[in-house]
Amino acid sequence: MKIKNFLRILLTISLVFGFSSAWAKSIKWSMKGDSLTLDPHAQNEGPTTMVSRQVYEALVTRGLDMKIGPQLATKWKAVNPTTWYFYLRDDVKFSNGTPMTSEDVVFSILRAKQPTSDFKEYISAIASVKAIDKYTVQIKTTEPNPILLNQLSNIFVVSKAWATENFSIVPQNWNASQETYASTNAMGTGPFKITLREPNTKTVFKKNSKWWGNVEHNLTSIELLPIANAATRVAALLSGEIDIVTDAPVQDLGRIESSGSHKVESTPQMRTIFLGMDQGADKLRSGNTGDNPFKKKEVRQALYQAIDIKAIQKKVMRGLSEPAGIITFPGVTGYTKALDERLAYDPESAKKLLAEAGYPNGFDVELRCPNDRYVNDEAICTAVVGMFGKIGVNVSLNSQTKSKHFKELKNKKGDFYMLGWGVPTLDSHYVFHYLYDTGASWNRVNFSNSRVDELIKVMEGEVDLEKRNAAIAEAWKIVKDDISYLPLHHQVISWASAKNINVPIRPNNEPLFRFSSKN
Amino acid sequence: MDNQNLSLIERIRDSDVYFSFIKSPTAIISTIILTIIFFCSFFVEFVAPFNPFNPSSLSLMDAFTPPSWSEDGISKFLLGTDGQGRDMLSTILYGSRISLIVGFSAILFSLILGVALGLTAGYFGGKYEMFVMRITDVQLTVPSILMALLVDGIARGLISKESHDEMAIYVLIFAIGISEWPQFARVSRAATLVEKNKDYISASTIIGVSNIKIMFKHILPNILRPILVIGTIGLALAIIAESTLSFLGVGVPPTTPSLGTLIRIGNDFLFSGEWWITFFPAIFLVILAFSINLLGDWMRDTLNPKLN
Repeated sequence: MKIKNFLRILLTISLVFGFSSAWAKSIKWSMKGDSLTLDPHAQNEGPTTMVSRQVYEALVTRGLDMKIGPQLATKWKAVNPTTWYFYLRDDVKFSNGTPMTSEDVVFSILRAKQPTSDFKEYISAIASVKAIDKYTVQIKTTEPNPILLNQLSNIFVVSKAWATENFSIVPQNWNASQETYASTNAMGTGPFKITLREPNTKTVFKKNSKWWGNVEHNLTSIELLPIANAATRVAALLSGEIDIVTDAPVQDLGRIESSGSHKVESTPQMRTIFLGMDQGADKLRSGNTGDNPFKKKEVRQALYQAIDIKAIQKKVMRGLSEPAGIITFPGVTGYTKALDERLAYDPESAKKLLAEAGYPNGFDVELRCPNDRYVNDEAICTAVVGMFGKIGVNVSLNSQTKSKHFKELKNKKGDFYMLGWGVPTLDSHYVFHYLYDTGASWNRVNFSNSRVDELIKVMEGEVDLEKRNAAIAEAWKIVKDDISYLPLHHQVISWASAKNINVPIRPNNEPLFRFSSKN
Repeated sequence: MDNQNLSLIERIRDSDVYFSFIKSPTAIISTIILTIIFFCSFFVEFVAPFNPFNPSSLSLMDAFTPPSWSEDGISKFLLGTDGQGRDMLSTILYGSRISLIVGFSAILFSLILGVALGLTAGYFGGKYEMFVMRITDVQLTVPSILMALLVDGIARGLISKESHDEMAIYVLIFAIGISEWPQFARVSRAATLVEKNKDYISASTIIGVSNIKIMFKHILPNILRPILVIGTIGLALAIIAESTLSFLGVGVPPTTPSLGTLIRIGNDFLFSGEWWITFFPAIFLVILAFSINLLGDWMRDTLNPKLN
């Protein structure tokens, strides 16, 4: 009896202290939108990868300094230009306790190459992968691949046994709105594990006590609480309901800093925002002219020169953006300052160009925008709609939540859309491979140029850096002169957090909670 | 029958309603305010200094101009501009027109539906009456905003995204209208029950006047007073409901903003010190709803003291 009472008291005490925030170090993290799916191969999208990165790991990874370093593989070597060996750690366990072996790595890479995977183009250069022994993996590429490590850093390793048990061998078909076990549950080797998942509401990460790595954080849990409304997000931050916001609204940075108990950090982000115009369709779905004005370069140039990017930078972005001339940013192989120069803002010659192209009275078109993905995305769209209106192009705005926007974009709806592109491999090839290659999955402008396709092949296979850089430069020149897309700006991101929270800011906007602390 | 010879204006002057009106300063003030608002909203193309939806008249560089009396304000924009460089005063006037159209249409819809059901229920009685009145009971347990959200949600599911923006305003009218009709049904049924047993109705029945004629020609005019009173108060509620829904993002699309949408948009700038973007639409909404309510109060006191 006495022991029972004692146990009760003990239990009560442990409950009271166990749940009090003073003991449990928990970071409450918020951003505009949520991860689209927990399936690590189903969607190649920023916030989705941000969430996966906390629970899943790859063979190699970028550290805080953005340099590639070992993660699940301790070392690697290329025995010839197309054959690589990766030697895995032998002490890695998944969060359910099963050890990770080369079988899981082979399974994951093959999984990421399935038709429903959004990473299949990412690693299309991988020809075969096989397990040599329990902790050695051999990867063969179709051609010499100078950016294999960059590509592998985003291919997360899932447990083969777990995926098989739960009918999630193939990645979730996200475009067809499929739901699978792996889209709402996660089983990785990372420093955290997901214990609760309510899409768009709450995701709880708990510390993975079986993690192999050297624990540098002091957290017991992380809660991701997406808040769509900017003012509500800031209010939640200021009231202490949220500890860190990884997309602090630009208009509120001053207010947050002046609160005394919060801090703001900004860094140029590795992401370029642009507009895409479908040049493949014979007739615009939302047009009124019966043809496709975007097929004419004059029209594309007119729209380009109608955009007053300085006004957007000053008023919409409050200075926190860098006008862009190409869809890539400083730090990426192939970027040059000269390429990044924009055509001049000139509404008068834009009008002339429109008239020359045969649209003196403009035309109608619908612009599709996400409203919870990029910094002030909807406001940028509203602003450009006004600017296009000034040269007579009557644009109606359709702004919707990112999951709908991206889904409809991939299902080839819409003529005119906003998109942002980050370059996780820090190599121009990534941009060309997804946005310019004929028939590529995100090439929704239907750009097709045989010379560019050839140059992309060169980028994939050429190991002579000089020749490769020349190919990149030539490709950039072709697509820039063609005005296949309308680049807007490179984003600058701002993180705001309580002063006792330390999450190092990174230019790819990905927090690494394994390096974070709460005091 | 001695006032048969007087002209309409003289008849109005002679009435107790007019007397009560000129004795009530609140009624006079709210009527003046409402007249100005209605006038400005319906002739907004001529009254507003800018057309905020004509992109060629906008300049993004004008964005976030504070009201004209503050330090950085310019006289061109009396109440300042929003984040896209639109003149706040014009935007509010255009927005209030949408709010008023939705409010009036919704209340008209629920008035017709509610009175038709309440009147017939009170007149015919029996199982039909019980059925209608139980529906109102059930619906009154559901808060009207929730009801409107439900209707809007269903409509979004049924209507494709492409046509939704055009349909949004009709969906909104239906959603608000359907959530307000039980009030009208209850009041008109109660009033019908009183009238039904009066001698003139019995007389009409005996001489063989048809039911429809009795209901709409004899009973309806006699129950109009209480209906007008709750109709006026309902109008204020409908305008607020519209703003609430738009504030929650399920109302009219941002391309044709109503007052609620404007307040929602402005809310994003509250922390950054651009208070005027949300403050002016909000204060305008308060004045509008307050005036209608005060007028409704006065009408209730004058037309139907029993409702008090």
